[in-house]
Amino acid sequence: MSIQPNGAPASTSAHPLEITPASNLGHRHRLGRIWRIIFLASTLVGIVSLITLLLTILNDSMGYVAYEFKVDPTSLSASGLALQELSRDALVAILRQNISANAYNTLEKAKPFAERSQADVYDLVYERVIEPEVAKTWTLFESLFERRQVFTEATEQYPQATLSFTFWINPEFLSDPQSSDALFAGIRTAILGSLWTIAITILVALPLGLGAAIYLEEYARDNWLNRIIQTNINNLAGVPSIIYGILGLAIFVRALEPLTSGAIFGVGDPLTAKGRTILSAGLTLALLILPLIIINGQEAIRSVPNSLRQASYGLGATQWQTIWHHVLPNAIPGILTGAILAVSRAIGETAPLVVIGASTYITFDPSGPFSKFTTLPIQIYQWVSRPQSEFRNIAAAAIIALMVLLLGLNAVAIYLRNRFQRRIS
Amino acid sequence: MNIDLRKKRHLGESLIQGFLFVCGAFSILTTLGIVYELGKEALLFFRSPAVSLWEFLTSTKWQPHVDEFGILPLVNSTLMTTFFAMLIALPLGISVAIYMSEYASPKARTRIKPTLEVLAGIPTVVYGYFALTFMTPLLRSIFGNDTVEVYNVASGGLVMGILILPLISSMADDALSAVPRSLREAAYGLGATRLEVAVKIVLPAAISGIAAAVIVGISRAIGETMIAAIAIGAGPNFTFNPFRGAETMTGHIVRISSGDMSYASIDYNSIFAIGLMLFLVTLALNIISQRIVRRFREVYE
Repeated sequence: MSIQPNGAPASTSAHPLEITPASNLGHRHRLGRIWRIIFLASTLVGIVSLITLLLTILNDSMGYVAYEFKVDPTSLSASGLALQELSRDALVAILRQNISANAYNTLEKAKPFAERSQADVYDLVYERVIEPEVAKTWTLFESLFERRQVFTEATEQYPQATLSFTFWINPEFLSDPQSSDALFAGIRTAILGSLWTIAITILVALPLGLGAAIYLEEYARDNWLNRIIQTNINNLAGVPSIIYGILGLAIFVRALEPLTSGAIFGVGDPLTAKGRTILSAGLTLALLILPLIIINGQEAIRSVPNSLRQASYGLGATQWQTIWHHVLPNAIPGILTGAILAVSRAIGETAPLVVIGASTYITFDPSGPFSKFTTLPIQIYQWVSRPQSEFRNIAAAAIIALMVLLLGLNAVAIYLRNRFQRRIS
Repeated sequence: MNIDLRKKRHLGESLIQGFLFVCGAFSILTTLGIVYELGKEALLFFRSPAVSLWEFLTSTKWQPHVDEFGILPLVNSTLMTTFFAMLIALPLGISVAIYMSEYASPKARTRIKPTLEVLAGIPTVVYGYFALTFMTPLLRSIFGNDTVEVYNVASGGLVMGILILPLISSMADDALSAVPRSLREAAYGLGATRLEVAVKIVLPAAISGIAAAVIVGISRAIGETMIAAIAIGAGPNFTFNPFRGAETMTGHIVRISSGDMSYASIDYNSIFAIGLMLFLVTLALNIISQRIVRRFREVYE
């Protein structure tokens, strides 16, 4: 022991608790306070990073934009009315005058102008005739706190441009299909692609994962085979997601191409999709989240009190009757919570889908499991990689949409967990 | 009355049990699939006349178009990124864990932990965006635009550290909290301060759990893809300068596979060789971490 009551220096001791004389007390307490502040500061750094991350996204998702128009909107309207207030027919006339007859006929063929709404025709005039282009975008922070600077910069450098405050995330952004022009790009295609993919992932991973969890908790005896299965599942949970992408590429896209492209069912478009379909993506993500669903499911099943099983057996129920009527109903909220968390992981996954070759530029909605597709995270990845600043803005807008989707799912998970906890206690 | 007490065989029950076993065994198929596919294509890669295993492991050039396949540039940037990630995640993660388990009130703890777990739930593509639009400009404004390239290892690594921080702090917090209360009481009884209890008693007692957390963090950093692909990726440079662009193993796989590639090309085979290496390294790290955790459990139970 190194406690030295007479104040002599402690001998060199290997004991972890090195208590020095009382005269050092002030120093020790000071040290304690300093480190306490360091530990607290580290925690704050984590929380500040989260806030900075969210603010960066918000900062890019709205702000002033300088638009340059190919045709000045005010020159189009003869009556002096604003374009938005013109009747549909007047707008159709403007459209006819300003675009080629071919383009006009194509539009007429797609949907006759007589059936289109005024707002719809206005959008066409805006997109085809006025042809706005983004000259420069400013962040929300600049737009709020350096407004004067933004205005002078805009008038000096872009005298032709019109300045207006733009929310990059808006209803049209959510409902428009993809476009190569950031101003008209939307994420409908990507949202639908994500939902289709996730639906397939859930359909495959949930029953398989649940089955495996029930087997491992209720049936499996402690033998070498079951121990291997358990260890294997724990290891699979730690495999990087990109490895699953490579596996999906080799098995679903390449080896099972006739199945995943829909060729053996005689549906789908084998010429364009070539196995790089929603089905391949859904199956790949299913493999990815399977270990998570199994591990979470096992925990939920394990938390069901054993007395319930004993009571059921005591009344003469078989093992499956016990599981189906007593264990599962009590474990289901926990299972669902785990499944939702796993699914939100799958929704945010990007790397494996890039590897299996998700199409990045498609403007049509996916029509089924054998369609080409893009998903929300892939769309974000594509837009982030573009050098133009307006693509950064729509990337931020798409991130908000993705995060809202994830937040919604997590809220459901938390709600289920709370209900579950109340029932047990 | 005569009751037959022998166990009855129910066909339905056996079928269900069989089906559930298949579900459980399915995960083994996944592993076999990974090993088989990665091994098969990697074998094709190494059999190709343009590649030799020695060159693959020692050459510092990865230029597929002139048949140069040395994995060192990719491994080097992966390790550098991991180093920067751990530079952030290791000290911060352990400090946060000590604060949560030794200092924070139970109420504060139940607030801090879920908040940090939000960080872990954010998709990694968002972190890539964050690295490119926040961290890179920040680094460039500190060190100058001439020193720091748009795509650089440091930016991606630091943001990766933020991503891994909650993983390490959560696992390390569990390890610290599992240290028996009696150890702390004994130290307090001998007159130790709170810091001394935390650092000299609890930390050494939980060191194996913390080591496991750190190893899982490293494995996560090595396999992390989207941050690397968005913020670091700029071709396989062999450089030790953290402010230059480089390409990690994962980033390279993403770049090669997002283009149109034919199944017969050496590019296609090469991503399997890199993938196999990635798989073996992360698997080894995870197994080591699980071993450590198991031994650590035996001490206190």
